[in-house]
Amino acid sequence: MSSSFSIINGVMRRDLILAFRQKAELAQPLMFVLMVVTLFPLGVGPSPELLQRIGPGIIWIAAILSGLMGMERMFRDDYHDGSTEQMLVSGMPMVLVSAAKIFCHWLVSFVPLIILTPLLAVFLNLTWDMTVALMITLLIGTPVLSMLGAIGVALTVGLRKGGLILSLLLIPVFIPLLIFATSAIESASMRLPYLPQLAIMGAILLLTAALAPVAVSYALKVSQH
Amino acid sequence: MWKWFSQYAKPEKAYQLCGTLFRWFWLPSLLLILVGTVWGLVFAPQDYQQGDSFRIIYIHVPSALLSMSAYVAMAVAALVGLVWQWRTAYMAMIAIAPVGAVMTFIALFTGAAWGKPMWGTWWIWDARLTSQLILLFLYLGVIALYSAFDDKQQGGKAAGIMALVGVVNIPIIHYSVEWWNTLHQGATITKFDKPSIAPEMLWPLLINLLGFALFVAAVSIKRMRNEIVRREIHRPWIKSLFLENEK
Repeated sequence: MSSSFSIINGVMRRDLILAFRQKAELAQPLMFVLMVVTLFPLGVGPSPELLQRIGPGIIWIAAILSGLMGMERMFRDDYHDGSTEQMLVSGMPMVLVSAAKIFCHWLVSFVPLIILTPLLAVFLNLTWDMTVALMITLLIGTPVLSMLGAIGVALTVGLRKGGLILSLLLIPVFIPLLIFATSAIESASMRLPYLPQLAIMGAILLLTAALAPVAVSYALKVSQH
Repeated sequence: MWKWFSQYAKPEKAYQLCGTLFRWFWLPSLLLILVGTVWGLVFAPQDYQQGDSFRIIYIHVPSALLSMSAYVAMAVAALVGLVWQWRTAYMAMIAIAPVGAVMTFIALFTGAAWGKPMWGTWWIWDARLTSQLILLFLYLGVIALYSAFDDKQQGGKAAGIMALVGVVNIPIIHYSVEWWNTLHQGATITKFDKPSIAPEMLWPLLINLLGFALFVAAVSIKRMRNEIVRREIHRPWIKSLFLENEK
């Protein structure tokens, strides 16, 4: 028990240090979200009612897109400098290592986004209820993005041109999440209860949390040839 | 039983099995599709509400059902490959994928053509239609991932994991008409105790269903044979096979 705790601790400490030493790479997805959100009022017109209607969807889509851009970082560098191979041969349970790495990725790439959300909500004229619902759905949904994304990254990390194929693989599996998240926020905008949608998202979160680390560790082994 | 089953892990055995099965499936499938389609399109009675345009059901329902069944078959093949490390299972998986993708496309296309006169629109973002579109994306993702690998064995494993991840979509498609209040109508023929379709309309549909199933199986089997030959081209047994054919 203590050894598995120390594995998680070690992997997380290492990944967090690595992430914070590349601050530019951390900030880029956030700037990307900000710019995508800026594009929409310019593209569809700045009418406050319209923006309020499509705002939650815009923020969710921007989160997914920015997540896709930063996703590769999760395993790419480790794969190329041989760290993944060392972790595999070290005999550490790869499931724990993958889970820790996924959690780290979520901490550094999605938590800042959730913190930024109130600002985006102001840009898009969301009501307070909608902002709260949006933040809750992001809090439940973005870990799923990280976990499903990790499966995709682990599968494509050995490919020379993995970038676009990663998006092609991941976007279809993100769709259900997007549907329930935006449906919850829409209910919130009409001051209806949105607990059912949150419950389904929670179920998705638990299911992926149980299965994704296993799939990731297997996929890393496959990619390691 | 298990020993009989596991002999097909060998490409050579699987190749022979594919040859036998293809002969059994190919002609009956064409015959059934011909009979079912002609019967359905020409001789079946008109629908009292939809008139003649309901007849597209004879293409739409079999292709939609087969698009899901092919995905399940592909996922089972992927699971067999991942659990027992069969090379032939990955070959089967990747042989099925494009066939299933085409079935999905046919289902979407005929659905759109049916939707225009009935619902007044080609496309609507309804749960059944959206989840079927996702199914098409999943097929394309599996194919794209497989073809991105130079090492096909490794590509088979990777695409297999992806295929298994996508399995969650299948129950969503199937139950979407029950879980959500959709424009797409509910199941017509899976309620065997009380089918909501007249028998003289049902028979051609069932014939076409069987015909489509055999057709998908036959094409997948043909593709799998090709895949085996392509992957095993340097093995002695393939070479002796070719030499025999040349004689």
